[in-house]
Amino acid sequence: MMSKARITLMKGNEACAEGAIAAGVRFFAGYPITPSNEIATIMAQRLPQLGGKFIQMEDEIGSLGAAIGAALTGVKAMDATSGPGFSLKMENLGLAAMVEVPLVLINVQRVGPSIGMATSPAQGDVMQARYGSHGDYGIIVVSPSSVQEMFDLTIKAVDFSEKYRVPVILLADQVVGHMRERLVMPPHEEIETAYRTEPSVTPDAYLPYRGDERGVSPMAKFGSPYRWYANSSSHGEESFQATSDYAISEKLIQRLTNKIEKNKKEITEVREEFLDDAEIVIVAYGCTARSARGAVLKAREEGIKAGFFRPIVLWPVPNEEIGQVADKAQAIIVPEMNMGQYVHPVREAACGKAEVVSLSKVGGLAISSNEILEKIREVVKSG
Amino acid sequence: MAEQTNLSYLVDKYFYASQMPTMWCPGCGNGVVAMSMCRAIERLRLDMDKVIHVAGIGCAAVAHWYTKFTALQTAHGRALPSATGIKFANPELTVVVTMGDGDAAAIGGNHLIHACRRNIDVTAIVYNNFNYGMTGGQVGPTTPLGSFASTAPYGNAERPFDICSLAEAAGATYVARGAVYYVKDLISLIERGIRHKGFSLIDAVTPCVTVFGRRNKLGTPGEMFKAQRRFTVSVKKAKDMSPEELEGKLIRGVLVEKEVPEFTDEYEKIIAQAQGRGE
Repeated sequence: MMSKARITLMKGNEACAEGAIAAGVRFFAGYPITPSNEIATIMAQRLPQLGGKFIQMEDEIGSLGAAIGAALTGVKAMDATSGPGFSLKMENLGLAAMVEVPLVLINVQRVGPSIGMATSPAQGDVMQARYGSHGDYGIIVVSPSSVQEMFDLTIKAVDFSEKYRVPVILLADQVVGHMRERLVMPPHEEIETAYRTEPSVTPDAYLPYRGDERGVSPMAKFGSPYRWYANSSSHGEESFQATSDYAISEKLIQRLTNKIEKNKKEITEVREEFLDDAEIVIVAYGCTARSARGAVLKAREEGIKAGFFRPIVLWPVPNEEIGQVADKAQAIIVPEMNMGQYVHPVREAACGKAEVVSLSKVGGLAISSNEILEKIREVVKSG
Repeated sequence: MAEQTNLSYLVDKYFYASQMPTMWCPGCGNGVVAMSMCRAIERLRLDMDKVIHVAGIGCAAVAHWYTKFTALQTAHGRALPSATGIKFANPELTVVVTMGDGDAAAIGGNHLIHACRRNIDVTAIVYNNFNYGMTGGQVGPTTPLGSFASTAPYGNAERPFDICSLAEAAGATYVARGAVYYVKDLISLIERGIRHKGFSLIDAVTPCVTVFGRRNKLGTPGEMFKAQRRFTVSVKKAKDMSPEELEGKLIRGVLVEKEVPEFTDEYEKIIAQAQGRGE
């Protein structure tokens, strides 16, 4: 008998939890924070039903630490947070990047800085998601725009984390986290996600930090005969300290960064609409992409040749794709709920071939399609 | 089979000779604590593949550089949350944690008290040398009142934590203090801690000869080891001593040992209940 997809009405955060479960996440550690709480609430309920584990830790630092520990034993692990909690994650996010632990961290963005506004949306953590922990490393950040994508992209995030042995951030926002929409959930058995490559050599020959052609190293479970050392200090392929060996340290940092940057083609995902004849293109992500698409449709009704481009994977930046947009368009508008963050990599990718204009809005109100339409008209007028 | 006590056998079995010499200063007590842990594991005949060594950052938390167990070195103060995640995700593993006193009781203090409260079956060994050795001898949460440190040049104005009292108050179900001078006791205390079902904390008093010792004029390494006879006292002896006599002394031995439901066992019951197999 064919099992059927389940169609339901669901909140974004609930869809995220369902996606995680569908992707095989069986360990969740969290700490209460609005507006991400529903994710932990559902995981606390559902995981033990599936033989999985849920723990609420003593703080935000501890919860990511616990997820790291669990992931090292071979389980797919996740943590979710918002605002100040995301800042507290940065230390352990760097640890996960350094020791190459696959896990997913959800950030349901709220207004900042500091405590800001707990129940209002923002997109102020775009740069922090990429560069928040000290030092250089690579990371993948995905950006959902709908309840369906809270489900789909959580699955994708799990897949990426296992494929590239890297922490992946699902950078949501309060709008997509709390809105209710139709969700189509395929049967779990039809959902496939990667699992980290385990070593196939003998335990003696295992090098936990030797990258394959993609730069990704095989990962043994803690407790297996492959004894290894998950080392937060700079380390060589065999995992021992590179106390003052700068060449080893350099090689490590290059690999940690390049295993994401050099595999960009496989990671990048964008949505493009009305680009063939577009003169003005809106580059938008997250909840703002919803109004941006609406603005493009309205502009088209007015006879303005507007186009729509949405990076679904925010980091690594799809600069080749943005470059192609800039080749044809005269102007690119980047609406975002911050003081102008993603506009910078977009401008860099456009490389002066098209004018890149920031439409910035902060304070907690979403950007409406009329506000974006207004900006489109303004840019047309200034020609 | 009798317990293997041959030193070269133990060094070869438990330590990477290739990583030696250690970074510990001559006269440091840390190596004694690390070897005590391995001797305890040897006595328990644990499968080395199933022992996970988790560490924070500091002079203590380099012990895992040398031991042959699978290890995780976390960030400073963060060993216990990751140790919790490892044990919770796979309760079959034996998880031992190496931390320094600043690592455990200052930056990691919140994790420490909650690990005690949670009573997860993890064994935490605190290498307590009364200061931050690796960074040059700064004052720490266990530095005695009046002692000198690089950041307490006029003497420490803060009262120290007694890590064992802290752990006991936070609900730890096994708390013990050892000292490197009393190495045989230390091995037994660690062994008993690993055997204990629940969170175990062993405060291992060890001299920092290079920075704490020199700055406080505590003499040679030998003298600092021997001084533990003066400023520590066994639980047995302490029983007959007055509070005045115990002033400034650290009590050695098993301080707390009680049977309380362990966290991962309790969670197994939750899984059973959630799956409708509850009692």
